[in-house]
Amino acid sequence: MQDRFLRKIPDFDQTIPVDQVGVDDRVARFRTRSIKMESKIFALKLALQMVDLTTLEGMDTPAKVRQLCYKALYPCKTDSDIPRVAAVCVYPNRVRLCKDILKNTGIKIASVATSFPGGMNTLESRIEEVRYAVNEGADEIDMVISRWAFLKGDYKYVFDEIAVFKNACKPARLKVILETGELETYENVRKASDISMYAGADFIKTSTGKITPAATMSVTLVMLEAIRDYYFHTGRKVGMKPAGGIRNAKTALHYLVMLKETLGAEWLTPELFRFGASSLVNDLLMQIIKEKTGSYQSSDYFSIG
Amino acid sequence: MSQNDLSTRSSLRFHDLWAYDSAPESPEMVRLKDRYDLFIGGSFQLPESGKYFNTLNPSNEVVICEVAEAGTKDVDKAVRAARKAYDQVWSKLPGKERGKYLFRIARLIQDRAREFAIIESMDTGKPIRESRDVDIPQVIAHFFYHAGWADKLEYAFPGRKARPLGVAGQLIPWNFPLLMAAWKMAPALATGNTLVIKPAGSSPLTALKLAELIQDADLPPGVVNIVTGSEKTGSSIVHHPDVDKIAFTGSTDVGKKIQNAVAGTDKKYTLELGGKAANIVFADAAMDQAVEGIVNGIFFNQGHVCCAGSRLLVQESITDELVQKLKNRMETLIVGNPLDKNTDIGAIHSKPQLEKIRGYLSEVVENGQQIYQTQCALPDKGYWCCPTLVENVSQSHRIVQEEVFGPILTVQTFRTPSEAVTLANNTPYGLSGGLWTDKGSKIFNVGKNIRAGVVWANTYNKFDPTSPFGGYKESGIGREGGIHGLLPYLELLK
Amino acid sequence: MSKRLNVLKTCKLYIDGKFSRSESEHSFQVFDKNGNPLANLCHASRKDLRNAVFAARKAQLDWAGRSAYQRGQILYRMAEMMEGHRDQLIAELEHTVSSHRKAESETDTAIDRLVHYAGWTDKYPAIFSTVNPVASSHFNFSIPEPTGVVGIIAPDQQPLISLISLIAPVFSGGNSSVTIASEKYGSIACTLSEIIHTSDVPAGVINILTGFRQQLIPHMARHMDINAILYGAGDPSEKKTIQENAHLNVKRVQTYKETDWTGDDVQSPYRILDFQEIKTTWHPVGM
Repeated sequence: MQDRFLRKIPDFDQTIPVDQVGVDDRVARFRTRSIKMESKIFALKLALQMVDLTTLEGMDTPAKVRQLCYKALYPCKTDSDIPRVAAVCVYPNRVRLCKDILKNTGIKIASVATSFPGGMNTLESRIEEVRYAVNEGADEIDMVISRWAFLKGDYKYVFDEIAVFKNACKPARLKVILETGELETYENVRKASDISMYAGADFIKTSTGKITPAATMSVTLVMLEAIRDYYFHTGRKVGMKPAGGIRNAKTALHYLVMLKETLGAEWLTPELFRFGASSLVNDLLMQIIKEKTGSYQSSDYFSIG
Repeated sequence: MSQNDLSTRSSLRFHDLWAYDSAPESPEMVRLKDRYDLFIGGSFQLPESGKYFNTLNPSNEVVICEVAEAGTKDVDKAVRAARKAYDQVWSKLPGKERGKYLFRIARLIQDRAREFAIIESMDTGKPIRESRDVDIPQVIAHFFYHAGWADKLEYAFPGRKARPLGVAGQLIPWNFPLLMAAWKMAPALATGNTLVIKPAGSSPLTALKLAELIQDADLPPGVVNIVTGSEKTGSSIVHHPDVDKIAFTGSTDVGKKIQNAVAGTDKKYTLELGGKAANIVFADAAMDQAVEGIVNGIFFNQGHVCCAGSRLLVQESITDELVQKLKNRMETLIVGNPLDKNTDIGAIHSKPQLEKIRGYLSEVVENGQQIYQTQCALPDKGYWCCPTLVENVSQSHRIVQEEVFGPILTVQTFRTPSEAVTLANNTPYGLSGGLWTDKGSKIFNVGKNIRAGVVWANTYNKFDPTSPFGGYKESGIGREGGIHGLLPYLELLK
Repeated sequence: MSKRLNVLKTCKLYIDGKFSRSESEHSFQVFDKNGNPLANLCHASRKDLRNAVFAARKAQLDWAGRSAYQRGQILYRMAEMMEGHRDQLIAELEHTVSSHRKAESETDTAIDRLVHYAGWTDKYPAIFSTVNPVASSHFNFSIPEPTGVVGIIAPDQQPLISLISLIAPVFSGGNSSVTIASEKYGSIACTLSEIIHTSDVPAGVINILTGFRQQLIPHMARHMDINAILYGAGDPSEKKTIQENAHLNVKRVQTYKETDWTGDDVQSPYRILDFQEIKTTWHPVGM
């Protein structure tokens, strides 16, 4: 069994060609989709359920994180019909606090780990951080790959470290952050996606949010296509998480259009797609309420997370 | 990936969740008259012929309005108006002034872009996404581009002095009505010619709206004359003794008739005719972008495109994977109401065209060939055809040899680059070709060996006013766009 | 001592780099300017035309594929060989059609014209190519490529310089050609064939037939493997025949009419362009 799986691992020294202009053209076409009426409300609610409500700051006091958790629990007090986000995403030392607030609510706790955002530490201490976060109660670990090793061409190093973290984070699910802004080319993004999935990633994620550019639709499309090819190859469904820079509902809907038309209906679930975001939530809420009431909304009426 | 992987491949589901609600562009802002006359000498004039014909919306078979049919006398009137305008006004106007008229026309179209786009979609059946994002913006770009040439022609042809020809007769096809009109009008006017233009009988409306706009632009009367009608009207223009130049875009059959008709005269002519382009995908191509290029190549404008990439040539080692991906992509194409912003593929332009397409398909089916059509619910009224793949065909099949002009793609395989080139060139046509590979030197080699006027390498169906377009062999004579597109409207003197 | 008997030359067709008699085995007589029989020329048949077009098609891609530098050298070599045969050419012209002074000037201009076109081979592509600043992220360029196989019909007038003026722009642009030489003064075309034959011109790239224009023109005009016709013989009805039949395969038709073929206006890179197709290539610009 193990042997059969290993035989399927591609040679990462080979580069799968990706044409940047072609990708960007395709994305431009997704953006021309016009989502209206019922299909819009459906998508806005779905997008809301896919959010990993995130705070990843050096200034994240317990009070700030508590505020985030309550936003996750009560996104919009005026409307009980509104669904909750998928998860909150915090640093490891805030996981316990989140767990205390959110246990048994269905909202998952995601923690960054592995020396986020740079990943520049010894493997041992990065593994230690993963174990700590899981022990504190994290359901999902958002790790960062060693971009230095990837850019140096040491793909085996990158593969092995992901495999090690995958092992260390059980039973939590592993999201692998590629930090696409540092990989620069779409071919690198494709390769890093493939390495991550074959090494065991449950999700692949664009960015830490600390580097510009963060998530773009083009980068996400390249990753979705990698997920699709991996699925064709192995039969395993890997999730996708664009993170950083997705601030408004319209953009989120374009992402969902792209998701649907690339991977099909089966990926239209928080199990397989997340937005790493914070301010997106209120824009989604404002649009949902606008669709219901017909009035354009003001941010004064929506609580901050 | 190796062929073995196909056994574990699972299919994707595109149809059962989150169907987009319709998002139709409202035709409310569109102003159309019930009846349009001929635009001659700067005003709308009743046809001497006294005849009118209907123009239909192919997506619902409803008559949009009535349009005059120009007879021989009407054409003669238009040519005389054009001659008079040439002799008395246009040929005497400095280039920079001509240019300003063109800039003005460009701006006015920009101001009314959405109205033009909606009418174009109603009259042709093409999706609003294309008329809005491709046709009309390209029309505007063509006028802007050529406006700038009007006072710079001395820089275009070193060692020669350029002189206009006089009166140009221009015949427009139905697939890109306003865009092809712009491709012809803009260079003709920039180079100092006056013109008589005939829109296609089945899609005359945007040209007539352009006539209104030309009035608003205060273009001197007679510089542009627009006569609607049938093939007979076109023939009257071609045969008119006072027309100096014929510019035609349309089928190779009609193009040949025109070439024959002007024999023995001094008329200059440019012909932009049919095609049967090969789109060649090598094993080292960026496959997902190739799939997208294939889709753009054949399904753009329902395949009613002379340069459509209608013959897919795939290197054998990747055929299964590529075709699988292509089918997945095709399943996401939305067929339906042309005015819906989400429509990818609109209505087939006319009943005869639909019958022609169906004729090819039924022949294929009768011969026992496989065809693949996407799951798409088609409206009851109107003319429709789902995107279609025809696999396992060869050069000897009629559907591979002839221009179908519909959303039908044939799939053939090849083993080596030289075989691909041989297959690509094994046709009397030579308008365009596509090739997909990640290897630079292969692009230059294969691109050079494809006998066609436009080669799209790692892209397809891109157009730009700066970029010359036109065919080799039976795909036509002359170029439109760029510096080379000016030449057919000029005489070069020492 | 008895007078030495002249050795008379048989003028043959020049097809595929070989000199052959007409497959029809017919010939026709041509005369010098005093009306005395001068030579027998082969009466090319439609089958000879067919064979010549076949040879031209076979040779064209290779010729177009030679470097511009090499094509220029071969044209220059042709001029060198003509210069070597200058006296012969002058004498033949003088004998058939011209005064000595005019024969000399026609020959010299013909040689110079070849030199002129020899220098164009590696320059006209730069003059007629463009890089087109398209609005999307693509690199887009247009370059001239030879049209292919060209049929040429030469006039009787100034039979050497007209022939060179018609063949050279077609030839220098990478096309192959089949020429129907002057009917009356075809012998000079035979001499030119011999010069071409010794000038490193690849077999089949230039083919020269003698015969009757009226017989050959309809077949040339209807031939489906000829891409273009250059008509230089100035007869309106022949021209019309060509134009009427050209539509069968959408042939390009050019007609050059000159009062004096030695004039400077007759040579121009725009005449090379007349037998070029513009190919535009698009490629994305990305990472």
